[in-house]
Amino acid sequence: MTTELLLRMSGVSKSFLGVRVLHGVDLELHPGELHALVGENGAGKSTLMKVLAGVHRADGGTIELEGRPVSFEHPVQAQRAGVTTVFQEFNLLPERTVAENVFLGREIRRRGLVDGRAMERATAELLAELGLEGIAPRSRVRSLSVAEQQIVEIVKALSHDARIISMDEPTAALADHEVEVLYRIIGRLRERGVAVLYVSHRMKEIFDLADTITVLKDGYRVDTVPADGVSPSELVRKMVGRPVSAVFPERLEPHGAHVGRVRLSVAGGGNTQLDGIGFEVRGGEILGLGGLQGSGRTEVAHALFGVERFTRGEVSVDGRRVDPRSPRQAVRSGLVLVTEDRKTQGLALNQSVAANGRLVLDAVWPLGSARRARRLPGILSSVELVARGGHGQEVRYLSGGNQQKVVLAKWLATEPGVMVLDEPTRGIDVGAKQAVYRLMRELAAAGVAIVLISSELPELIGMSDRLVVLRDGRVAGELPGGSGEEAVMAAATGSPHGDGSAAHDPRASASAGDASPDGPSSSEENGGGSPARHEEAAP
Amino acid sequence: MTPNPTQDVRGTGDSGGSRRSGAPTALAALGRGGTATVALLLALIFVVIATQNPSFFEGPPLMSFAKKAAPLVILAIGQYLVIVSGEFDLSVGSLVGAQVVIAARLIDGQEAMTLPVIGLMMVFGLVVGLVNGLVTTLLRVPSIITTLGTMLILFGAVRYWTGGAPTGALSESFRVPGRHGIEGVPFLGELPWALVIALVLAVGAVFLMRSPFGRSLVATGDNDVAAAFSGVRVWRVRTMAFVGSSLMATVAAILIGGYAGVTAQVGDGLEFTAITAVVLGGVVLGGGRGTVVAAVLGALTVEALFTLFNQLYLPSTIQPSVQGLIIIAAVAYAARRGDLRLPERLRRRPAHPTERSLGTSRR
Repeated sequence: MTTELLLRMSGVSKSFLGVRVLHGVDLELHPGELHALVGENGAGKSTLMKVLAGVHRADGGTIELEGRPVSFEHPVQAQRAGVTTVFQEFNLLPERTVAENVFLGREIRRRGLVDGRAMERATAELLAELGLEGIAPRSRVRSLSVAEQQIVEIVKALSHDARIISMDEPTAALADHEVEVLYRIIGRLRERGVAVLYVSHRMKEIFDLADTITVLKDGYRVDTVPADGVSPSELVRKMVGRPVSAVFPERLEPHGAHVGRVRLSVAGGGNTQLDGIGFEVRGGEILGLGGLQGSGRTEVAHALFGVERFTRGEVSVDGRRVDPRSPRQAVRSGLVLVTEDRKTQGLALNQSVAANGRLVLDAVWPLGSARRARRLPGILSSVELVARGGHGQEVRYLSGGNQQKVVLAKWLATEPGVMVLDEPTRGIDVGAKQAVYRLMRELAAAGVAIVLISSELPELIGMSDRLVVLRDGRVAGELPGGSGEEAVMAAATGSPHGDGSAAHDPRASASAGDASPDGPSSSEENGGGSPARHEEAAP
Repeated sequence: MTPNPTQDVRGTGDSGGSRRSGAPTALAALGRGGTATVALLLALIFVVIATQNPSFFEGPPLMSFAKKAAPLVILAIGQYLVIVSGEFDLSVGSLVGAQVVIAARLIDGQEAMTLPVIGLMMVFGLVVGLVNGLVTTLLRVPSIITTLGTMLILFGAVRYWTGGAPTGALSESFRVPGRHGIEGVPFLGELPWALVIALVLAVGAVFLMRSPFGRSLVATGDNDVAAAFSGVRVWRVRTMAFVGSSLMATVAAILIGGYAGVTAQVGDGLEFTAITAVVLGGVVLGGGRGTVVAAVLGALTVEALFTLFNQLYLPSTIQPSVQGLIIIAAVAYAARRGDLRLPERLRRRPAHPTERSLGTSRR
């Protein structure tokens, strides 16, 4: 690493609608350095990136690029200056080719016409530099995988002759082998002297890649440390501001009337995507539903919830046979689903916390909703919701973790007997994850039957009393709680247990390696979890 | 614990911010372009009118303004229901025209026919609303197309039925709600029935929006997928919004018929005036935001503006152009102040490529 300074941000502050989200943050980048930005959701990481990218303007502080003060008012200005950003959601045109996307807005021209060949050649060169001959410049972006699309974004950044690339959770949507490709690309970028600002929740990546780590909390910079001078658990402590004692909270003493009774039973459930689904969940029990992405976990949840219902088999809730044809009927029978995609399926973002909280009551029990909603303030405080603007605040202004707490409160208000949680901790910070775990334990102790769907194996194993693993829409096996990750992966992939299952699937070994104190934040995306694979699914 | 915190700001006739106590938030609400902004705009226009015509605020001229504005207020309430649920209703103008023509032809001057025909008009309104709603929700035709279709169908059918020129006559009692009022009210002189009806409907709409139905409606407009996952029967609430809009148009038709009489042009362009009113009130196109009160104030503002034009001897033919300007300006203002409604929808779309399973390259 050279000592010359590429970028210096000092005292950067930013407020939204009077709420200060960045308090005088400093950050320095050197050529060829990978600087990781960590912190809980809502700590200000994305805002800081957006200030750098010219999406937001800082209210205070200075940004110097190679010693010259700059102030980007528009992302294009930042790009021209060599500062580009790869956001979580890609800004690609799906119907255009790779080359057209890379040169979007500044096409190479010849005699006033777009020179497609020249653009394709230039794109091919850039791809070759990164060692990625596999992507054809002429293929349409729609036909590419998520990882390849991400690469196109990076190539687009490089074509701007970028000297600083910031990446916001670049691996969130990637499978394991794709993450390796990203690692390689990042290596090449650094060889070229490009500085990378990297936001991630995953400890493993941060320690694999970063030279320097800056920790943000509540908009303040907590510390900047060299990556080899800090341990993962120390880093987590800095992020949450307190020691994370145990990763998963202990089971609580059950006390509810329903503890031990079968509350949900499924036998021979099937539809176009599922077949022979059968399991039971008792009150006080957390059943983990595991499997690779596409194995049918979310489909089972949707079938139970009446979205894409079972056409065969039997479902009973509390001993009563049910056949929900809509979420409304499922809720009436005492079964609720916390959907995996909170923004598109879980919340009406422009409505207040209170309005979202009582939406189910309004929709399902219009006559009794006012009476039932009286419990809502208590529920909201029991899920540890932190909303600066009170319950009148619109949920779009809340952090991911707090939004998830609103979703949970919304369902808890219905006093469910069976709760299906689909990826309840995806994209939320360490502190909020802990709150969700504690809440799940409390609910279980009170006699609620819980079905947990998670792509994070440590979470699935750590929280579940029992595991049902799915493969290709069928039950591949049932495992006791505390099973090893290899056993779960073996069932999920169908490889014989014991022998090369770890080698067969590198993810199993990767995540087994870091099921350490920082488990929840570090776990790999274990082959599961398509980010938003599920179609509209509205009944 | 009172249900107060849960009796939320949405649809309470008070847009978001101003309910949160304190002067700074009231100021913020003003800048945000909610109820406060349109109220201010209305007050401003009234002041200008008063300087032009100081006698405007004496009872009778004000009441005649109210009588004239009432149908638009009622239409705006109906249009609000549909817009806040994320849809459009372009058919209300044609429906008003059709209803007036039907009334004239069937009543044909016979007093005894008045009530039965009004009942029939209500049923007709209900049917049109049901058709609009069910075609939009169950056949998944975008509402702008559905209601454009019903608008043309009604327009053509009425012309065909009457042979081009409306026939028959309205009865005297039919014309009472649109023309007359409660006599001998101190200061005001005559309190128009139209005003009374509009007030009752507005108050009813405010309470409706506070009800579970109203909350479900707004949530549906904001995010229909999330609403469906929460147990809202999206097709049902949206259909009911269309029915509400058509019934409001029917009431407006009774008032307009009574006030203005029967012509072939009655109702023309009213759908756009209603949309202008609602948009001016800050109810963002695309749904999920804004309040009934703002929509009502928007209607009053549009009507006040037209009154002002009359006073300034501007030709009434310019009114559509002004409406066009208002719609563009109001939506541009909403977009500029960062009302994320539209960008959010757009942002959701690029998520689609990631909806495929990972690592599967389709070449």
